Amino acid sequence: MKPAAFEYHAPTTVDEAVTLLAEHAPNDGRILAGGQSLVPTMAFRLARPTHLIDINNVADLDKLVIEDGALCIGATVRHAQFHTPACDGVLGHLLTDVVSNIAHYPIRQRGTFCGSVAHSDPASEWCMVSATLDATMVAQSASGERLIPAAEFFETVMTTTLNEDELLREVRIPLLSDDTLYGFQEFNRRAGDFAISMTLVTYRLEGGKITDPHIGVGGAEDRPRRIAEAEAALAGQVPGDDAFRAAADAAAAAIDPMEDHATNAQYRRDLTATLVRRALENAAS
Amino acid sequence: MSDKKDITLTINGRDHNVSVDPRWTLADVIRDHCGQTGTHLGCEHGICGACTVLVDDAPVRSCLMFGVQADSKKIRTVEGLAKGEEYHPLQKAFMENHALQCGYCTPGFLMLATGILEAQPDISDDELNDVLSSNLCRCTGYANIVKAVRAARDEMKAAS
Repeated sequence: MKPAAFEYHAPTTVDEAVTLLAEHAPNDGRILAGGQSLVPTMAFRLARPTHLIDINNVADLDKLVIEDGALCIGATVRHAQFHTPACDGVLGHLLTDVVSNIAHYPIRQRGTFCGSVAHSDPASEWCMVSATLDATMVAQSASGERLIPAAEFFETVMTTTLNEDELLREVRIPLLSDDTLYGFQEFNRRAGDFAISMTLVTYRLEGGKITDPHIGVGGAEDRPRRIAEAEAALAGQVPGDDAFRAAADAAAAAIDPMEDHATNAQYRRDLTATLVRRALENAAS
Repeated sequence: MSDKKDITLTINGRDHNVSVDPRWTLADVIRDHCGQTGTHLGCEHGICGACTVLVDDAPVRSCLMFGVQADSKKIRTVEGLAKGEEYHPLQKAFMENHALQCGYCTPGFLMLATGILEAQPDISDDELNDVLSSNLCRCTGYANIVKAVRAARDEMKAAS
């Protein structure tokens, strides 16, 4: 249970970090941020990176600010920084409601928002939040910056469209208007464990009818995503049991659930329908 | 293949100048190279919490940080809780409430509880339950640990 040897680099600027990454990524060099997923993987020797580029001492990566209508979350912002609202308004409260579901308190002191997104575990709450709320990923390499919409970022289990020489420098989540309603639901068998399925829903009301619905599902498929079929079932409806059940059933039918030794596809489908319905009820209450 | 790095770990107010291999976890450096063996290692992959220490006052898994990352940070371990012969209120509460049996997980629970009670002296019973779910204990069934930490919370509040 001891990590294999590696070369350690502790850059203090983003330029230095991405230059090191460009040099070492082809030889399995990796970014080390919070380390709460990477280090256990190294302890099991499932990962044996030859170089670790520790970004914890890089200035400016800890920024957590509002710019151009979005909450900008820098690469070393910890989960614990969302224990209290990170910004005014609905988004700040939403993130605070979600964060208590992420692992446990000590893990949240070290683990980072961007690290979770880059790691891209299907059961990651922040990945699902990013997908549901149409976040933008800011990828930085030695040759410049690239903006990647969340819908084009998550590919499959622990696989993103980030290139090996790119650092996920920042995630930008659009602020939510004050009339946005939201609900979050997650199910697992033990507190802090990986989600078997989870959902985040948001919508607004116009003339008593649902507009701009976002229904994201995570943990159930190989990547988190918005479920267009469920959103279509909800748009233009009057909030209530009929509309919520129709959207929940549409979500369950649309997903392609993962299976494992304890959970078959039908179980995840049923679970997803229940969670989507409950999240919609939470949003309405 | 990797060169050793010279770092200074400040553990319970005392500086330790050590030369570390980057792959050594903070837990291993504290135990094997600074001689502070009160911090225990259970699972070594961040699940059990036996190795919990305070780094700059935040409770963290010392098996999920490399020692080299803790250079010049303020570390507190179970050895720093008692003031001379006087036990910390949490240590007293653990003894009085039978919150340990084999004792292996106790240093981790004590540091987790110290961190949370310092950060949130008014923490509710429910929030405390959630925080204490971070660590594993295979002897007590948790009820007495919860009882002890609640008692320490109340005593520390009354004393402040």
